[in-house]
Amino acid sequence: MKDGGIVIVGGGPAGLSAAIIAAQLGAPVTLIDDNPRLGGQLIKQTHKFFGSKSHYCGTRGVDIATILEQQIYSTPAKVILNTTVIGHFSPNILGLADRNTFTKLAYQRLIVATGASENTILFENNDLPGIYGAGAVQTLMNVFGIRPGNKVLMVGSGNIGLIVSYQLIQAGINVVAVIEALPKIGGYHVHAAKLARLGIPILTSHTIKAALGKEFVTGAVICRVDKNFKPIKGTEKRLKVDTICLAVGLSPLVELLSQIGCQMVFIPELGGQVAYHNENMETTVSGVYVAGDASGVEEASTAMLEGRIAGAHAAGNLLGKTAEAQAIINQAKLELAAIRQGPFGEKAAKGKEKMSYTVRQ
Amino acid sequence: MSKRTSKQTAPTRISDHPILKFERGREITFYFEGKPMKGYEGETIAAALVANGVKLFRYSEKHNRARGFFCAVGKCSSCLMVVDGKPNTMVCMEPLRAGVTVERQRGRGKI
Ligand SMILES: Cc1cc2nc3c(=O)[nH]c(=O)nc-3n(C[C@H](O)[C@H](O)[C@H](O)COP(=O)(O)OP(=O)(O)OC[C@H]3O[C@@H](n4cnc5c(N)ncnc54)[C@H](O)[C@@H]3O)c2cc1C
Ligand code: FES
Repeated sequence: MKDGGIVIVGGGPAGLSAAIIAAQLGAPVTLIDDNPRLGGQLIKQTHKFFGSKSHYCGTRGVDIATILEQQIYSTPAKVILNTTVIGHFSPNILGLADRNTFTKLAYQRLIVATGASENTILFENNDLPGIYGAGAVQTLMNVFGIRPGNKVLMVGSGNIGLIVSYQLIQAGINVVAVIEALPKIGGYHVHAAKLARLGIPILTSHTIKAALGKEFVTGAVICRVDKNFKPIKGTEKRLKVDTICLAVGLSPLVELLSQIGCQMVFIPELGGQVAYHNENMETTVSGVYVAGDASGVEEASTAMLEGRIAGAHAAGNLLGKTAEAQAIINQAKLELAAIRQGPFGEKAAKGKEKMSYTVRQ
Repeated sequence: MSKRTSKQTAPTRISDHPILKFERGREITFYFEGKPMKGYEGETIAAALVANGVKLFRYSEKHNRARGFFCAVGKCSSCLMVVDGKPNTMVCMEPLRAGVTVERQRGRGKI
């Protein structure tokens, strides 16, 4: 059986950063992704990133994907695309499936950077065709250049809901309204202001009660909610839409980690169930690391830093180059702490702190 | 283009975009429920169907409910269809090929 050295599952910002650092430190690296292209979520992100220069501020997500792609291909790391890691066998063996074949790959260190999957919410008819996750809408319109529909209701006013709404408008699609169950808008003010200037209503304290239609979406019923998020009778409104986009949060993809036997903890601030990990991103199973949204839903800049930490630690540990690796880790930790000190990093910071506390008990 | 044709062929492909340029592959023909449709090499079957206005991909097993495209990244199993006779093909990950036949799946599908 082949040995992949340091094997990294997932080629988003976290996995790519881990692979680049580990390969630069001289470790044998294999990166696996189930898509035909590297970049994970970044390949559909057209807005410019915030943050400092070292975190690609002012650069669009799609361009960051290209930069990281060039970096990984300039190392000797092996990249396997169109392939899903579907299981784990003891000891240290992964099961890989592409469209036609199943193979096994051994590893010496494993970094799980599988990202997150989109949440749905409960409402009548929430399974009708024409209801999409925000990521799916982005894939359709920004990767393939296809309009998902003509009149869209956006559910959720976090950054993803706001950004994707703006991108829908850029693609020539009518956004009928953005609704938000909380009494205030969830995302950055700048993103909300762009929509407000275009006259898109952002209705806070509102939820979706039902999707209308038999074979696909033909409308939606929305209503006001009280402060306990209970629908208020008599406030229902019908909207004529052909698409409903859900931007209601993400949950870490942790199946592989739980199959390996990593200790799992439930931390709402991190998006739900996550694998316990220490400051070096190592789980309770020695040699198995986690990074990016799979370790707690956050953002691309933190995903890249966590990836660097996991990649450097795994490589330093494997090659005995601990001092060199430690310098990279220290720098990344400083930058992570700085990001998490900001108002929008607070939640994740709290989640990560809670996680270490939960396990130490 | 006259008003009438632009209405009939709902413009679902984006041609002008302020930021993105879409480099589409070769135009190819595929068959949905026996009907020829156009798509481009390099896109997925699911994307090509949506571009042709097809939203309903299959009927669920227990309650015969309509299902379509939801996650677009191979995670939700909402998009299983019969492709070249093979049921349970995840069309959001399956690349479009010239001449491929695509059918709506009912329940678990038959081999
Ligand atoms: C719709 C949307 C909009 C966003 N907008 C922003 C934004 O504006 N700014 C920002 O900073 N962040 C944004 N984010 C968040 C950001 O994209 C993520 O935090 C970041 O991409 C996480 O990186 P990652 O590497 O952990 O995961 P991902 O980017 O999700 O990459 C994971 C990769 O692993 C692959 N994979 C998963 N499981 C397997 C498996 N078993 N086998 C093989 N491959 C697998 C996936 O297909 C994917 O390519 C957004 C997220 C979404 C969903
Ligand atoms: S749309 Fe979710 S698996 Fe294809």
